[in-house]
Amino acid sequence: MIESGGDASSLLREHVLAAIAGKIPVNIIGSGSKTFYGRPAQGEPLEVAQHHGVISYEPTELVITARCGTRLADIEAVLADRGQMLAFEPPYFGPDATLGGVVATGLSGPRRPYAGAVRDVVLGVKMLNGHGEILKFGGEVMKNVAGFDVSRLMAGALGTLGVILDISMKVSPRPEAETTLIFFMTPDAALAQMNRWAGQNLPLSAACFDGEAVRIRLSGAQTAIASVRQKLGGDALPDDEAGSFWADVREQRLGFFQDETPLWRLSLSSAAAQPDLPGAWFIDWGGALRWLKTGQPAETVFQTAHALGGHACRFRSPMGGEFQPLSVGLEKLHRNIKQAFDPHGIFNAGRLYKGW
Amino acid sequence: MYVLTMLQLLEPTPMNHSEHPAEHIAHSADKAAFLRQISQFLESGNMLSEPEAMRPYECDGMAAYQVLPWLVVLPETIEQAQGVLQLCHQYGVPVVARGAGTGLSGGALPVANGVLLSLAKFTRILKIDPGNRSACVQPGVPNLAVSEAAAPFGLYYAPDPSSQIACTIGGNVAENSGGVHCLKYGLTVHNLLALKILTIDGELISLGGAGLDSAGYDLPAVLTGSEGLLGVIVEVTLKLLPLPETVSTLLAVFAGIEQAGEAVTAIIGAGLLPAGLEMMDNLAIRAAEAFVHAGYPVEAAALVLCEMDGMAVQVAADLARAQAILLANGATEVRQAQSEAGRKKFWAGRKAAFPAVGRLSPDYYCMDGTIPRKRLAEVLRGIAALSEEFGLAVANVFHAGDGNLHPLILYDANQPGELARAEEFGGKILQLCVASGGTITGEHGVGMEKINQMCVQFSGAELRQFHALKAAFDPRGLLNPGKAIPSLPRCAEFGALHVHHGHAPHPGLDRF
Repeated sequence: MIESGGDASSLLREHVLAAIAGKIPVNIIGSGSKTFYGRPAQGEPLEVAQHHGVISYEPTELVITARCGTRLADIEAVLADRGQMLAFEPPYFGPDATLGGVVATGLSGPRRPYAGAVRDVVLGVKMLNGHGEILKFGGEVMKNVAGFDVSRLMAGALGTLGVILDISMKVSPRPEAETTLIFFMTPDAALAQMNRWAGQNLPLSAACFDGEAVRIRLSGAQTAIASVRQKLGGDALPDDEAGSFWADVREQRLGFFQDETPLWRLSLSSAAAQPDLPGAWFIDWGGALRWLKTGQPAETVFQTAHALGGHACRFRSPMGGEFQPLSVGLEKLHRNIKQAFDPHGIFNAGRLYKGW
Repeated sequence: MYVLTMLQLLEPTPMNHSEHPAEHIAHSADKAAFLRQISQFLESGNMLSEPEAMRPYECDGMAAYQVLPWLVVLPETIEQAQGVLQLCHQYGVPVVARGAGTGLSGGALPVANGVLLSLAKFTRILKIDPGNRSACVQPGVPNLAVSEAAAPFGLYYAPDPSSQIACTIGGNVAENSGGVHCLKYGLTVHNLLALKILTIDGELISLGGAGLDSAGYDLPAVLTGSEGLLGVIVEVTLKLLPLPETVSTLLAVFAGIEQAGEAVTAIIGAGLLPAGLEMMDNLAIRAAEAFVHAGYPVEAAALVLCEMDGMAVQVAADLARAQAILLANGATEVRQAQSEAGRKKFWAGRKAAFPAVGRLSPDYYCMDGTIPRKRLAEVLRGIAALSEEFGLAVANVFHAGDGNLHPLILYDANQPGELARAEEFGGKILQLCVASGGTITGEHGVGMEKINQMCVQFSGAELRQFHALKAAFDPRGLLNPGKAIPSLPRCAEFGALHVHHGHAPHPGLDRF
């Protein structure tokens, strides 16, 4: 069942060594499904999809190890065969999305507040650093505190620290049953209600608000879901409709996202009041993730997010992506870390922040 | 260098905690002048320089290693801690941060010419935010105090290391502490929202934020488990969870440890996610029973504790399935706690396992390796063989759900050579864990204790990458020198280089 795929690590290493020798920056590409995210990277394309295949999968150890170019769809299919899943519900944004891209972008879907993010399930990586060395960090076990946690650092680093070759991840059992309930209410009531529920003993696995209604997903034993339904009321969505709804939230296929207006992603405390910014909102992650369509200047959005203790990113826009500016101290640390992994500055230059 | 090496060769089992010359940070700061400068902003009662006054700080929970620091300082404010770091930075003086000192790997072991920076006075819970289910605390707040403060809101902080009454949040972050419930709820890194740290030059930096992620690199993840090598943690924001409605525990008895291991695997394989899944071997069972009279079956080869928590209905469904799986996998008896008191009694033995084993022997040495669960039987056989070879008994306590093994080696420090033998035995157990696809430390950290075994787990290139990351935060290497990440000369002399693809990782170094 586990296809051996192709180990292209030696080839990729040669490319990287050549890039270092020729001082030619590279732009790491899996399937290209998430190139819209972040700033455009400078450099020659470094295709990594050829380095693919599941290396090992132990359902009873709750661990899968696969190469970066493995299609996410293939991994999810292998897991589903054994009643398991990637709990962070990764967005694809393209049919051929790869595992490496999922980790490098660090994006997670609706289940994130209840089951953790990409970085929470990364157990180990094999990577190529800016010296062209193949290094292994972490491992295939749940608990491992030997050395700095370089594996998790790779999640969301957008390839700026090196080429992720292989990834070991914790997987989770699929819930026995799931139900989605819908409740119509105002925005203020929605934020309060979603946070109230999150503080109770409920098997929540998603909660969003589209401006008119809160939808929550419950996951667990059939009996548990039945008892919660009785307690909360609300209307249940038919199963197929519920499944496609959450997939559409994850993949941004809902009507809200079909728009040319710049789309902003604001990461805030879940109970924070709606920021005072004009535009249309979609609230996910029980309040911790706010999508905003607005024509406001970037500085305004960044300042608002910062004032609320969170951060913003211009997620999709004709102007390209842009991340929240870092404080002076953080910026210095980021540059130092970049230098520590990629002293010649060859990996995805400019993808995260301008200048490096 | 050569002479030193010869001396080490003459001693068959060099003590791990001997400072390696390559890891020594020399400085020529005048102590009296340094104290005068500190006294500008620190009360005299919060600076200790006399040996007797500093004695309580000479070791942490790894009491076999003791070093008297140069100075002990106990700042009460972030500004004071900044002042201390700025001075250390100015004079090139090493700094070792310390919380409650309960760590088991010597991570807070002082450096003889360094400042021991205690965060013990940072004990305020700054905010419990029930709406956002978070707690903002100072680093010296004990782990359990967070859950106690959150309880009135129906919330708690999930990671529960066994030392939770005493161990502090700052130390939990520095070590990425786990606990018996981390199979379901994760380690410290999974329950952390934001940090404030001081860098070695005294700069205050915020990492993470109010949301579930932050801009740029995941620095909270990098700091977690960094053992005081990257920065000094001065404020922590933690995630709180709703208190479970119901908690219920099964105790299953097995005639063979392999069956117990298979039962654990079957539970996970069936898609159940217990809050706790623990195993003890016969020696650990007998020790615990003699100590706390938990009602454990003393003839059993192994027992498994399986705890479910959450909604009552869910727990009932999960318990029924777990019970059937345990019986189908050879449990001779499965007991279910009938009351909260009964449940606590089940746990009393497990939680007292370390001190209970301690009663069997003058000293014990607690190991902390993680292995893929399927290799359990094999690793236990290997440990038993080593136990014979070294002539030291070993009891096994196991966070079975996540493969974290705690063999407890019994020894007597008053018998010449026994500590060194226990250390060597322990080192062999860790190497066995690595060879089985596991790691040398699951949750106790590397500290000083496992510094040599790091050379087994990582190649020279990987260690160089760790050092480069360290230098990104602390270019002069002043923070907790000689801990967690070994120098390449140390590894060359330890002679346990991890050779990748047939190439020695640092051929440029002399071999002895």
